[in-house]
Amino acid sequence: MHGFANPARFLRIARPLTPWLTLSGLVVTTAALLAGLFVTPPDYLQGETVRIMYVHVPTAWLGMAGWAGIAAAGAAQLIWRHPLAIVAGRAMAAPGALFTALALATGSIWGRPTWGTWWQWDGRLTSMLLLLFLYLGYIALAQGGEDRDRAGRIAAVFGLAGAINLPVIHYSVLWWRTLHQGPSITLRGSTIDPAILWPLPLALLGFSLIFAGIVLMRMRADIARTRVEARLRRLAQS
Amino acid sequence: MNPWPFVIAAYGIVIVGTLALLLASWLGMRSAEAAADASRSEP
Repeated sequence: MHGFANPARFLRIARPLTPWLTLSGLVVTTAALLAGLFVTPPDYLQGETVRIMYVHVPTAWLGMAGWAGIAAAGAAQLIWRHPLAIVAGRAMAAPGALFTALALATGSIWGRPTWGTWWQWDGRLTSMLLLLFLYLGYIALAQGGEDRDRAGRIAAVFGLAGAINLPVIHYSVLWWRTLHQGPSITLRGSTIDPAILWPLPLALLGFSLIFAGIVLMRMRADIARTRVEARLRRLAQS
Repeated sequence: MNPWPFVIAAYGIVIVGTLALLLASWLGMRSAEAAADASRSEP
């Protein structure tokens, strides 16, 4: 991991990787969504609305994975003082927030025809809404002011503390049995029929590749801006 | 209740949201890297 601590070495890997991740993500996601819309059969109980699963589950997964990444970046920054950790944390915040918001929106759209309501203060929905607010708080903190190092440390601590919400989201459907269904996919298998399930791993992979491509783009932009700022500071001092 | 408007709305916001962020990130990266290259070539 420390091998990538040098921004120049990181950029040598990130530059060719960015288009590959993005384009392969777009191809895999398009295939998965077309299969989810036109190939898989409707569910015996939910009918056609089950197709929302192929966009809802990947966005919810990436909302949670994004915060897990922010917490890992925070730990790398505080423990090893990894110079790219805060850059990675900042880069994951906007896509993580977007996918969390999309998970909430698609869940609400799915809830209306399935549950008969757009929103319920149920454990899963409320903890996901809290995750969105955590992202917004992180974005505000990580932008910081004049002292970027201090803002980065505060954001790292906030990222680690906010990770407490991840197991709450995961176990919320078991702790509070309200409206949201329990886990359909576990380590022991899935309760979803294979004829409906198969595009879901493809959609998860495709959206994850797009997410990784976006994070690399935002890290590269952050590094480039930092270089311009450093050059301007040197010019001002000379 | 016709389910298709709900399905289309869910797919629509995810596709538009993802592509919008992808485009914004790509444009941001290109302009930031162009500015960094331009500042390096300045005396």
